[in-house]
Amino acid sequence: MAEPRPVLEMTGIVKEFPGVRALSDVDFRLFPGEIHALMGENGAGKSTLIKVLTGVYSLDGGTITLDGTAVRIGSPLEAQQAGISTVYQEVNLCPNLSVAENIFIGREPTRGGRIQWKRLRRRAAELVDRLGLDIDVSAPLSSYPLAVQQLVAIVRSLGTGEGAGGGEGPGTKVLILDEPTSSLDRDEVLRLFALMRRLRDEGVAILFVSHFLDQIYEVCDRMTVLRNGTLVGEHLVRDLDQVGLVQLMLGKAMGQLDELHEHQLHSGAGETLLQADGLGRTGGIAPFDLEIKKGEVIGLAGLLGSGRTELARLLFGADQPDSGKVTIGGEQVSMSAPNDAIDAGVAFCSENRKSEGLVPELTVRENIILALQASRGWTRPIPAAQRDELVAKYIKALDIRPADPEARVGRLSGGNQQKVLLARWLITSPKLLILDEPTRGIDIGAKAEIQKLVVSLSEDGMSVLYIAAELEEVLRLSHTIGVLRDRRLVARIANGPEITTSRILETIASGEHQ
Amino acid sequence: MTTPSTTSSRWRALTHHHLFWPVAVLVLLLLVNVPFTPDFFSVRMADGHLYGSLVSIVLFGSPLILVAVGMTLVIATGGIDLSVGAVVAITGALACSYISDRSDQGALSGVLLAMGLGLLAAVVCGLWNGFLVARMGIQPIIATLIIMVAGRGVAQLITDGQIITVNSEPYKLIGGGYWLTLPFSIFVVAAVVAVTVALTRRTALGLLVEAVGGNAEASRLVGIRSRRIKIMVYAFCALCAGIAGLMISSNTSAADGNNAGLWIELDAILAVVIGGTSLLGGRFSVGGTVVGALVIQTLTTTIYTIGVPTQTNLVFKAAVVIVVCLLQSPKFRAKVFGARFGAGSGARGSGKQAAAPADPAAASEAAPKMEVS
Repeated sequence: MAEPRPVLEMTGIVKEFPGVRALSDVDFRLFPGEIHALMGENGAGKSTLIKVLTGVYSLDGGTITLDGTAVRIGSPLEAQQAGISTVYQEVNLCPNLSVAENIFIGREPTRGGRIQWKRLRRRAAELVDRLGLDIDVSAPLSSYPLAVQQLVAIVRSLGTGEGAGGGEGPGTKVLILDEPTSSLDRDEVLRLFALMRRLRDEGVAILFVSHFLDQIYEVCDRMTVLRNGTLVGEHLVRDLDQVGLVQLMLGKAMGQLDELHEHQLHSGAGETLLQADGLGRTGGIAPFDLEIKKGEVIGLAGLLGSGRTELARLLFGADQPDSGKVTIGGEQVSMSAPNDAIDAGVAFCSENRKSEGLVPELTVRENIILALQASRGWTRPIPAAQRDELVAKYIKALDIRPADPEARVGRLSGGNQQKVLLARWLITSPKLLILDEPTRGIDIGAKAEIQKLVVSLSEDGMSVLYIAAELEEVLRLSHTIGVLRDRRLVARIANGPEITTSRILETIASGEHQ
Repeated sequence: MTTPSTTSSRWRALTHHHLFWPVAVLVLLLLVNVPFTPDFFSVRMADGHLYGSLVSIVLFGSPLILVAVGMTLVIATGGIDLSVGAVVAITGALACSYISDRSDQGALSGVLLAMGLGLLAAVVCGLWNGFLVARMGIQPIIATLIIMVAGRGVAQLITDGQIITVNSEPYKLIGGGYWLTLPFSIFVVAAVVAVTVALTRRTALGLLVEAVGGNAEASRLVGIRSRRIKIMVYAFCALCAGIAGLMISSNTSAADGNNAGLWIELDAILAVVIGGTSLLGGRFSVGGTVVGALVIQTLTTTIYTIGVPTQTNLVFKAAVVIVVCLLQSPKFRAKVFGARFGAGSGARGSGKQAAAPADPAAASEAAPKMEVS
């Protein structure tokens, strides 16, 4: 079968940020009438590539060819005018306006400076009809569920080719969908897929980004895999199975990466500390059972968006579960707020250090004592001498730099900020420490220190729930590994010499219980 | 030669102190008065009372200082309280109408009861505000707007739309009396400021307030009961406004539901901002707020002493406020004065500096200044 000419070709794309080469020499092509998946782990360069394509970032090297002619895309507006439309994860529309207004906002058909409302509604209705959607365009957008809003966002992006005066422009040639399904349920996803297939059949080239592997295999024709800012390969979806894809994304051939990890396992089989039964939250994670023993390190493995963080947040009461119960130390805990979990001895270091962890304008000392102080209440301040001694002790133990309790925490490096968060929880002597991506974005030395710390805490009898993107890290530290896939806890594997990263990869890819 | 460098580093430390600019503006404003009133700084004794412009500034600024100190805590949690002016009116109205109904207006017990009643009403208003903000999740500006508007109506209801006058010696003391040669109000203000500083810095309340205002989600995840804290600060803010209400009605021996404390919320917010507390919440400085309130009161006094025509009063005030706000902006300072004041002190603006407001000593230093300056 002779391949048609690609509608979009990106060749030798280079994008640099201070100190980082986000994309190096990446090639990417997109054919008319196909749904193309862009795959890669966090930080692989997917969103950078999309931002280069949509004019958010400028190019540092390489060329972009659209319909056979080289183009320069200097801004998102220029991208739209060239026929490249984007729909982002969050719906960027105005919920209080009508569907029709949302579709034409900023390019309403006008005559003599006045908006032609009738024409606007008629055109919107035509567009919606043509795509086979059953939507009343005069109703406010907020009266529809998120999924329909997403569809409206797509309709809006298709309309962008049309000129403000109402004349037909070039129309959308390339439609980029960046994680459109992350907050949709199954029926809504099917509806979205139906629309995508329809557009594909009309000849639109669709670039689809999703962390759900099943969805990729369901709807896509072709995929491009990126890793660490470089192109790993372009494959027809039917030629590459899920195991092969996961290998490409993580960059490890399954046979090669055994035996690296040394287990510092000891039979930490103490009594049960925490027991979750049927704990779940709609749209977060499907109901799961989980037992955590005293002194046990449980690692969670799974791709980004597989539900790792959602599971952890439920165990901390950061989100409220809508099914199931949690028992800690034999007593049921209501988990209606983080306070309940904290009182029961659970601590949680969020993966979002800045937005959910630190209070940037407070000092290192204040950030460290915050959790302990919160549990004591405002009337019982920690005596200054005891406070300073505790803070000094943990600054030293974790080697926080600068070792100045008066330093503003917002100015510390990522690794040191992470240590401040750890110190904050360690001084509360928790029974269960939940670490969500504690080593993300920090340098290799700090990484190793934090991992060593986890081992020694576990030896002292503290249970740890450890979430990390790197499988080796999870494997090296954990007694038990929980595998997640598509927001479901699919397997619990007892770690041992025979467990290898390839084994875990297989479980992630196949999604099957042991 | 180490001397120049130490001098310059001392100068640096001084200009980077969080109270430097508010105090500088205050001193400047005070100096402006001297050419117009040569004896501006002189304080003389008459009838066993101290008189002078400085004493008057603190005396007339007392209600504003009280309201602004309460407002500081609310703003530190990321909120705002527009209802304080109405609370001033309600408290004064309740206290005065209770006293005026008594046969013996001078009886101490009756006066104390009247004051208690007024302050109780104030605290109820504050709890209502806190309930709406913390429990119902209503935006603070809207939640407190309710009492701002309705509260004046309540105050007029209490006074039957009249101005109630009282003739009570004990009640006169709090806003118009003298003690140890100084206006009694000054002692009330000093006590409230001292209590506030102790409450926020001797306990962990200040830290928790700053955490809630600095990062609400992180505070929730760290287990701070932020609702409780918010309700407390709104109640405290209303209590401060209530004391100010007693003071204002006592000073004039009358309760005016319509005009008592009118627009004081705006002056209070301004005082907080001049004092260096960010409207976004987080770090706060009670000492800065006291200086800020004194700046505003000095400005009002200055307008009279230099004889600005009445009709241009507000324009003049606005012009000065603009200058003060610009001086507070690190970006502006960097542009106009160069790196010396600007660049380094960018830290101040964005961070509201670690060492400074956290230090109770710094805040309480400012309190005695009221008597001296």
